[in-house]
Amino acid sequence: MTAAEPLLALRDVVTTFRTDMGRVPAVNGVSYSVLPGETVGVVGESGSGKSVTVTSALGLLPHSGTVESGQAVFAGRDLFTLGERELQRIRGREIGLIFQDPMSALNPVMTIGRQISEGLRRHDRRLSRSAARARVVELLAEVGIPNPAARARQYPHEFSGGMRQRAMIAMAMANRPRLLIADEPTTALDVTVQAQILALIAQVQAETGAALIMITHDLGVIAEIADRVVVMYGGRVVETGPIGSVFGKPGHPYTRGLLTSLPRLDRPAAELYAIPGQPPNPMFLPDGCAFRVRCEQSQNRVECWTQPDLTALTPGHASACHFSHELAASEEVSR
Amino acid sequence: MIAFLVRRLMISGVVLAAMSILLFVLLQVMPGDPAEMMIDPFSFAGNREEAVARRREQLGLDQPVVVQYFRWLGELLQGNLGYSFSSGRAVSEVMTTRLSGTIRLMGASMLIAVLVGIPVGIVAALRRNTAVDYTASFVSLLAISVPSFFVALLGIYVFALTLGWLPTAGMNSPGGTGLWDSLRYLILPASILGFALAGPYMRYARSSMLEVLGQDFLVTARSKGLSRLQVVGRHALRNAMIPLVTVAAIQIPSLFAGAVVIEQIFAWPGMGRMALEAISARDYPILLGFVMAVAILVVVCNLLADLAYAIIDPRIRIGGRA
Repeated sequence: MTAAEPLLALRDVVTTFRTDMGRVPAVNGVSYSVLPGETVGVVGESGSGKSVTVTSALGLLPHSGTVESGQAVFAGRDLFTLGERELQRIRGREIGLIFQDPMSALNPVMTIGRQISEGLRRHDRRLSRSAARARVVELLAEVGIPNPAARARQYPHEFSGGMRQRAMIAMAMANRPRLLIADEPTTALDVTVQAQILALIAQVQAETGAALIMITHDLGVIAEIADRVVVMYGGRVVETGPIGSVFGKPGHPYTRGLLTSLPRLDRPAAELYAIPGQPPNPMFLPDGCAFRVRCEQSQNRVECWTQPDLTALTPGHASACHFSHELAASEEVSR
Repeated sequence: MIAFLVRRLMISGVVLAAMSILLFVLLQVMPGDPAEMMIDPFSFAGNREEAVARRREQLGLDQPVVVQYFRWLGELLQGNLGYSFSSGRAVSEVMTTRLSGTIRLMGASMLIAVLVGIPVGIVAALRRNTAVDYTASFVSLLAISVPSFFVALLGIYVFALTLGWLPTAGMNSPGGTGLWDSLRYLILPASILGFALAGPYMRYARSSMLEVLGQDFLVTARSKGLSRLQVVGRHALRNAMIPLVTVAAIQIPSLFAGAVVIEQIFAWPGMGRMALEAISARDYPILLGFVMAVAILVVVCNLLADLAYAIIDPRIRIGGRA
């Protein structure tokens, strides 16, 4: 860790959802931080709580969700203690969000231009209508939309999927936020477009100097752009560390499973590895380590019935597994 | 756009023609003979059989139905709706005098239904599962399920008889003119008819709004830092209005059915009462005129709904490219 002050520091965030079966924890004591300008990748299966963690921080949870405890310190202020009006000043201006499905995330009955300019004008009252319009055209050009002036007057359904996501990025970066959060930005897109969008996000980040939280279930995406990675499972962080260290020497059997299940050019596709079992249902999380029922390392050992703490393996690289030392040893063998 | 309108109008013509044939057949099936009804068996002196037959001939009822239909249609295409069996006045004349009363009543009711039902539904959706929502939903259920004649009688009892604020029936006081006079007579029937329609409007508005409130783009709007008012007013409302417009337009003809009852109770000289009178007198031309007017209204409302749809929702472009 460098001495730099983190831009966003999440500490022991607990978020629950109200369901017919009582309050179910979706995020269970998650801590991670993002330094200014840094790219942090958050990986996990659906239901691991990776999106809920950030929506909690921004106060964008649906009605049924509640932040029970924890802190989300952004630039020195705990977002959980701020009122709605203060949060509104931060959303869109200091933190920009890019969503997964640009079709449903855009208002179908409002022009693209207006959807971008309303965010500009919200945070800059002196900005005139025409100045905002000019800025929108600039922004659309920056994200690589051809013929931006005409495109600004069109509606989302007149855009292709990739173009919509570009517009979404323009919207998120409109006010030059210090932090961009991209929630599965490429999942809903064609494979051919995914790489372009990733490159664009990286370009925007480089131009604005913003920090980036990239939420994804795609390790390939993380490998490409992240500095550090946070692996989540069952509403908890199971491993975190610099990208090279986590990918090179995974300290958690789940991370290792994810890495092993990636298709590789030097092995036949028929031998593609899959982690046994199903992603856990947050309503019925196993006691202790949530991964133990699918874990090949655990072999039903009694230790796994208690929740392992996140412990440092090397400086900056931590994992929540009772047997991370065994993993390190076996890793040497398999290489 | 023009092509769409032309096509729709042609389809509408076919629908109306089919409607008129069906009506003609139904009228034949209806028990009772208009000629018989006109000649009172007690006061008529002379050969009644002969008189009835003569009257049937005069009215053209002795001809086969097909002939009757084409005669009527031929006159209709020349702009003649025929003459009332009972009064002998032109149907078009009777209808126009009655139409203004009905339009006044229906217009006011519609206004009340929209101005009350839709805002209440939207507020109920925004405050869902609170006392506000439950109260609004309960009242709208009442509006839907309690028959309007009952509400009307209750209204007359409370506001006209007990409190004496409003008149019990009619459209104007005898010899009375002026806006206030007309308004006083309009308030009670229009509110009751409007209340009955506000019920379904409230429900549609609530469910439509709830659906929109769960959409992703509202989270996007909030993520831009917009205020709650901006999120609801700018993003949610317009989307919620799309299905509402159709529903609202399609409900307009049902207002006619309500108007028949309300006009009868409040002795309101409108088309509804005219139709009731025509039914009991077996006055076929008037009845035909009334039902055709309703049919045209239905067709026009549907067309308007489609056009309004295209105006609110940019994804729908009428005619040409999809």
